[in-house]
Amino acid sequence: MNSVTTAEREPPVPYIQRTREKYDALGYDEFRWLASEPPAPWSPLRKPLAESHLGLISTGGVYRNGQTAFSYKDDTTYRAIPTDVETSQLRATHFAYDLTDARTDINCVFPIDTLHRLVGEGAIKGLTQSFYTCMGGIYSQRRVREELVPALVERCVDDEIDVVLLVPV
Amino acid sequence: MSMTSARDISASAGVPRGAFLDYPLGHTAGRPNEPELNHSIMADTLAAFEAIDEPGTIVDLSYHWADSDEWKDGAMRPFVPHPGAAAIDDRVERFPEPQYQTDDDAEAAASTHAGRECLVCAGVDF
Repeated sequence: MNSVTTAEREPPVPYIQRTREKYDALGYDEFRWLASEPPAPWSPLRKPLAESHLGLISTGGVYRNGQTAFSYKDDTTYRAIPTDVETSQLRATHFAYDLTDARTDINCVFPIDTLHRLVGEGAIKGLTQSFYTCMGGIYSQRRVREELVPALVERCVDDEIDVVLLVPV
Repeated sequence: MSMTSARDISASAGVPRGAFLDYPLGHTAGRPNEPELNHSIMADTLAAFEAIDEPGTIVDLSYHWADSDEWKDGAMRPFVPHPGAAAIDDRVERFPEPQYQTDDDAEAAASTHAGRECLVCAGVDF
């Protein structure tokens, strides 16, 4: 890791350790986080972001009014959100984070207005026609790997995406 | 590029490029109704996206949730009703049915799918 922590600030919350301690205290088996061996997969940027179409995948349980909401039990479905959607039509539903602020301003977990502004400023050439959302907190890594990820990759390839921004929650 | 507010989880997963925002969970891209702040966060994220040249690098964005980091002490802790008591599982139940934010959403979804005009709920059986 390449972080610098000042004397005045506490380091980042150690979620893996805290989850282990929490599960221990509740008498549950240890939660197995995804642990990948380095090096991380790598694709170099082929062109500047100012010439790129950007896609987005959020795991914050975001859906649009009119879509089926996510369930909280290993839901490996996804939603396609048109990037010209009225932001007021977006909703958030999830079991693993406090939804108060996301439901006040969806940009906390689905930064669609923020990205539109950056397109307007020329920082990004454009957004893809749809962004994709799913429910995080899926306990089966196998199902994510075999069901959800291939479907999302296929959509990204079909969209002729240049770069993708992942926004986990 | 992956934004993240759980630095250790993203590092463990091996993200190719990461931008860590040291905020409580539920704020991976910023704070509610603070467009200027969120714009700055995203601009820094995109700058990191272009600058990172070593796989697995996670850049630490320079934003703090509050003057005090006290909020971190309570993050992801077991709920103990009083000192010395056993921990209680206060996690949200993992309901298998769709969990709508509003009743109107449930009605809108039913109406949409009854009319077979699915707004792309991929993988959901009707």
